[in-house]
Amino acid sequence: MEQAGAGARFVNIGERCNVTGSAKFKKLVLAGDYEGAVVVARDQVENGAQIIDVNVDEALLDSEAAMTTFLKRIAAEPDIARVPVMIDSSKWSVIEAGLKCVSGKPIVNSISLKEGEGPFLELARKCRAYGAAVVVMAFDEVGQADTAERKVAICERAYRLLVADGSDAQDIIFDPNIFAVATGIDEHRRYAMDFIEAAREIRRRCPGVHISGGLSNLSFSFRGNETVRRAMHSVFLYHAIPAGMDMGIVNAGQLDVYDAIDPELRDACEDVILDRRDDATERLIALAERFKGTDAAEEKKLAEWRSLPVAERLSYALVKGIDAHIVEDTEEARQEFARPIEVIEGPLMDGMNVVGDLFGSGKMFLPQVVKSARVMKRAVAHLIPFIEAEKEKSGATAGKGRIVMATVKGDVHDIGKNIVGVVLQCNGFEVIDLGVMVPWQDILKAANGNQAHMIGLSGLITPSLDEMVTVAGEMQRSEMKLPLLIGGATTSKAHTALRIDPAYEGPVIHVLDASRAVGVASSLVSDTQREPLIATTADDYDKLRKSRERSGQSELASLEEARANAFPFDPSGQAPAPAYPGLHHFGEWPLADLRASIDWTPFFRAWELAGNYPAILDDSIVGESARSLFKDANEMLGQLIAERWVTPKATVGLWRCKREGDDVLVLAGNDWTRLPFLRQQVKKREGRPNMCLADFINPDGEDWIGGFAVGIHGLEPHLERFKQTIDDYDDILLKALADRLAESFAEVLHATVRNRLWGYADEHFSNEQLIREKYQGIRPAPGYPACPDHSLKTILFDMLGGHPGEVTLTENFAMLPTSAVSGFYFGHRDSQYFGVARIGRDQLEDYAPRRNVAMDQAERWLRPNLD
Amino acid sequence: MSNSANLRAAAAKRVLIKDGAYGTLIQAHRLQSADFCAGLDLIKDQRGNNDLLNITQPEVVRSICESFAEAGAEILATNTFNANAISQADYAAETLVSRINEASASIVREVADRYSARDGKARWIAGALGPTNKTLSLSPNVNDPAYREVDFDQVKAVYREQIDALARGGVDFILIETIFDTLNAKAAIMATLEAEQALGRELPLMISMTLTDLSGRNLSGHTVEAFWASVRHAKPVTIGLNCSFGASQLRPHLAALASIADTLVMAYPNAGLPNELGEYDEAAAETAAQVRDWVEGGLVNVVGGCCGTTPQHIAAIAGAARDCTPRVVPAARDGTLLAGLEPMLIAA
Repeated sequence: MEQAGAGARFVNIGERCNVTGSAKFKKLVLAGDYEGAVVVARDQVENGAQIIDVNVDEALLDSEAAMTTFLKRIAAEPDIARVPVMIDSSKWSVIEAGLKCVSGKPIVNSISLKEGEGPFLELARKCRAYGAAVVVMAFDEVGQADTAERKVAICERAYRLLVADGSDAQDIIFDPNIFAVATGIDEHRRYAMDFIEAAREIRRRCPGVHISGGLSNLSFSFRGNETVRRAMHSVFLYHAIPAGMDMGIVNAGQLDVYDAIDPELRDACEDVILDRRDDATERLIALAERFKGTDAAEEKKLAEWRSLPVAERLSYALVKGIDAHIVEDTEEARQEFARPIEVIEGPLMDGMNVVGDLFGSGKMFLPQVVKSARVMKRAVAHLIPFIEAEKEKSGATAGKGRIVMATVKGDVHDIGKNIVGVVLQCNGFEVIDLGVMVPWQDILKAANGNQAHMIGLSGLITPSLDEMVTVAGEMQRSEMKLPLLIGGATTSKAHTALRIDPAYEGPVIHVLDASRAVGVASSLVSDTQREPLIATTADDYDKLRKSRERSGQSELASLEEARANAFPFDPSGQAPAPAYPGLHHFGEWPLADLRASIDWTPFFRAWELAGNYPAILDDSIVGESARSLFKDANEMLGQLIAERWVTPKATVGLWRCKREGDDVLVLAGNDWTRLPFLRQQVKKREGRPNMCLADFINPDGEDWIGGFAVGIHGLEPHLERFKQTIDDYDDILLKALADRLAESFAEVLHATVRNRLWGYADEHFSNEQLIREKYQGIRPAPGYPACPDHSLKTILFDMLGGHPGEVTLTENFAMLPTSAVSGFYFGHRDSQYFGVARIGRDQLEDYAPRRNVAMDQAERWLRPNLD
Repeated sequence: MSNSANLRAAAAKRVLIKDGAYGTLIQAHRLQSADFCAGLDLIKDQRGNNDLLNITQPEVVRSICESFAEAGAEILATNTFNANAISQADYAAETLVSRINEASASIVREVADRYSARDGKARWIAGALGPTNKTLSLSPNVNDPAYREVDFDQVKAVYREQIDALARGGVDFILIETIFDTLNAKAAIMATLEAEQALGRELPLMISMTLTDLSGRNLSGHTVEAFWASVRHAKPVTIGLNCSFGASQLRPHLAALASIADTLVMAYPNAGLPNELGEYDEAAAETAAQVRDWVEGGLVNVVGGCCGTTPQHIAAIAGAARDCTPRVVPAARDGTLLAGLEPMLIAA
């Protein structure tokens, strides 16, 4: 074969009309410039694309409308419309919207067995009825196929199912997944070979089918280096086409002739793709440097600051958060200064002071500070051995003060704590971070052993509030005096004042967010500011306690009265029996599917950037910071998807149930399980009901309820990597992204349940409408306002088979992995979110036996609702 | 044996004959407004609403149907070309769509059964769906190429109403004819598949495209091969061409279709091209001679007539096709057939 891609038996599918893959196309579609978007399509056809792939999966778009508009536009252009289209989306509703606009015979990209055989065949039948061929991804209930064996097994299973169901073999195209190679991860080395071998075998076992794949993933590690990427693609096709890959999503204008590739580069690519030598990746990376394009403007800018004196360079790098040259600059400075410590005390601290000042005055924001800290830490890491060689005492890190920080026992969340730690370190504090799930004994021991100046406690879930009270009580028992700082999402000034402060005679201070942490910590180590801060805070908390006593709380109805004022059940709104009842395990969900459904606003909030996405990107104050963070996040997200860093797993259960008062009895497996729910007792205005989740279940007959758990697995090796490279920024970024992916997964899964597994809905919503919860049905989570008892997670998890989505629970019902979501599904038309808020002792006494626990246990679990 | 198996078995032995058009013969009755309306309380003038005659002048429809049966037609279509809610809206008669279709199907069913009882020969009834006068593929607004007057779900629902009524009236097939917009036809196919599901019985499809220019494309721009690719999923009993132009101009496109379609081919041309008065004046013998040329070329399995054809034309066509060997249905081609406006075959 002369030319890869031009082989007579290879069909080029143009990849540029894809918002995920083409920044230009995305910009045009987002701006509503369909005129321009049409040009992108035309260019591809002129460059030899035989089919056009169209993908408009993007959180900011109404993707159904965008798909419809774009397809109708190109239908009016005969020079484009002459070729078939490939309708590409992770959302069925977007695919279906596209199918309704295409007059020829298109290809649907894609469907898979990930939701099981029933939903798979259902979608395949719809594709047939619309007259479309289908791409079937090598994905099943267990997950994405990576080995050749799994790829072949899944494709053969899908083939048999489809053909038996009436599909033409000729209308089946398999995508056995092209993954990134040369990633440095050993398991990825055979990915290209696995694809090639699988292609050959699938063609043999499934007569009539075609093999396709998206090429851009393959070379993801070399993004930015087009020469190497093109060479890799051509070499890959050179071997994959003879094996049976006869279609591919490619940049039609950019396929190189195999023989024309620089022979050295070609060999190196071949070594990687065919996995021919152990050092193939290292050699290609080394060689790739030579083929890197240069950007003149970028180089000029670089040259400017690189020509500054070293002290200024260090300061510049710190303020800008650039770590590319930090080690060489630090080394240069070390040689200029008499002692290594002077580099820290001199230019590095000067730079960090600028950062601190900018942050303190609101001119710089958290993401940049964390980046600066990364630079600082790397510089210090370089200097430490020299300092130790000098046998200096570690003057560098003693700094302003020493703080022991921990996420309390039973809780696993640490994004906020890590951010505070980084910010404090930037400001010269020594932080001893004990990690997560730390029992009080270890916290006290670390504080005493290190002569800490203060302790900082963090937690995200409500049971952690109790645990903090325990720590405070233990500090009191061992007669400690140092200040105790409290932070984390569920903590509050009120809880600190009412519950934690009274348990400990030493100073207790609630710290609202990372930006306040420096001020508080600095005051506590200052001779002049310490006492005033402690006194004001104590006074403040005292006032708060008194005003609480005086104000009295809103009046409660008796449980009996509240029940008499229940939300009325309307039988006409009841959802029908599920299409697929029982348990469904999803061993892996495509990460790419989750990307477009991410709700970014909470992501920015995690970084203490206030504002809603996407407006925040253009915000006059935090816009620049938000844009830079968003860019970094998307880059990591792209790599995370291409290199499969994490695995989303889930379990869904849909069960028969009946109602008994405020309990729902669920037939999970062969046993009836009791789910006790809590009812609002705060007295309502006329006409407003006292709600309870059980109100959404039919009191007089059979009904259905669901449950789910999702978890994002596999962060650990990457977090470990970031730890090795002293990279707090990427550490926090990855955790924050994983949290978003978990939330997105919960949303995507809920949509799948509504539309297919339970199947009571047929929705066509944009991402924005989904985020605003425009759909019918809710998924309340134990531990959240409608169902405040975290302990229900144990019942939910048991019903879901023990470890749903391979998620486990700590003793305080926090979920592991940290990025996880669980909850119940209610399908009733009227079901809605509400807050249970305060309940009376009568309900507690009623609840404990229903929950089958002793009173004191129930009281502990429900404490936040009893005050 | 199912209707489609039945038809295929008969078509294996001889060339089958379809009927001609209702329009020309209805015109000959010179009906007035009041005849069309016949006491129905409708706000608009119903003159020209030929489909309405199924309920207002059933004898006229029945007599035309009988005349085609007499002429030798075995496949008899319903008089329902415009009996859909979109077209009937022009007469403000869209509420009558179900009645019209059910009535027409009943009339043709009765005629077919009566003739079959008499001579013992099989006859089949095709419930005719026209293209409607709205298009899913083109924008009527030059400034907004993405604009459409209707959407897929609307058109599908319009067809579904018609199909359900035709099925109630007893048709054997659904004939989607005079297809100028392939996407409209796909909506009709989807509606038929959904109706089959709901009814729990087979409603085999006959699909017939019309060409709008001599280069061989329909209005939505599809070549006959691309059209076949786009509708093949319907597994139609017949695929073919109708209306368009006269038989001679249709020949090359029919040949293209005949060579690739792995199902029966049905073609029913106009009686030549209309003269300057808009009348079709090609003589029966002339049309029959052209059709005989198709038959001898092995291009068709079913022949009949469209605009301007009369029972004389059908009788002549039947005579011409008698004793001829029908087209042999080729095996399906290997490979995957896709289509934009043009076909694309991916080799197996």
